[in-house]
Amino acid sequence: MTHFTAVLLFALFASVVFGITQRETPKRMLRYGIYCFVLFAGSAIVLSWVMFLIAR
Amino acid sequence: MVPAPARYSQKGMATTPNNPAAAKQDSKQGFVYLPLIAGWLVPGAGHFLLGKWYRGALLAASIVGMFAVGIAMQGRLYSNVHDILELLGLAGDLGNGLLFFIGRAAGLGADQVQVTTADYGTRFIVVAGLLNVIAAVDAHNLRTGRKA
Repeated sequence: MTHFTAVLLFALFASVVFGITQRETPKRMLRYGIYCFVLFAGSAIVLSWVMFLIAR
Repeated sequence: MVPAPARYSQKGMATTPNNPAAAKQDSKQGFVYLPLIAGWLVPGAGHFLLGKWYRGALLAASIVGMFAVGIAMQGRLYSNVHDILELLGLAGDLGNGLLFFIGRAAGLGADQVQVTTADYGTRFIVVAGLLNVIAAVDAHNLRTGRKA
């Protein structure tokens, strides 16, 4: 398993739980879950690039 | 005089309902903490008890999946504590309920972190426990009527 796969799995599992527990209606659960997933995965990608550029 | 327009809406958010009397009436029936305890012991069980089958199944799949991935990555299951950070890790692990105790009894997980992925696996197991606590509290809120 690569690091990026681990990041995606972590984001998926955490987003499902956040979506279900933090919102009431199914539609809002789905939207919030997708929002959390994008934030998890997106922030990991952005921070990875930042660290890559700092290390050069 | 024209009433001031609403500036925001709480519709769909996890807020206290406007009928606390009804919620209080519901909470008087049966053991209120049963979904909380069941949800902690078995991921998703609190929602299953309340008839929220899809939510419970998704929560169970996510939490058990995260725990299983952590074990597969040779993550560590905390048992003996030597410092405060390990105590926090043990607290997170205990959130997994029966998964943690079965894992310990079956000898799953590594005693020492020996491979690179094991550190990630350890975090997966701890976070699975913390997510399970959130799910169990959500089941409790559904039971008491704090959440619809």
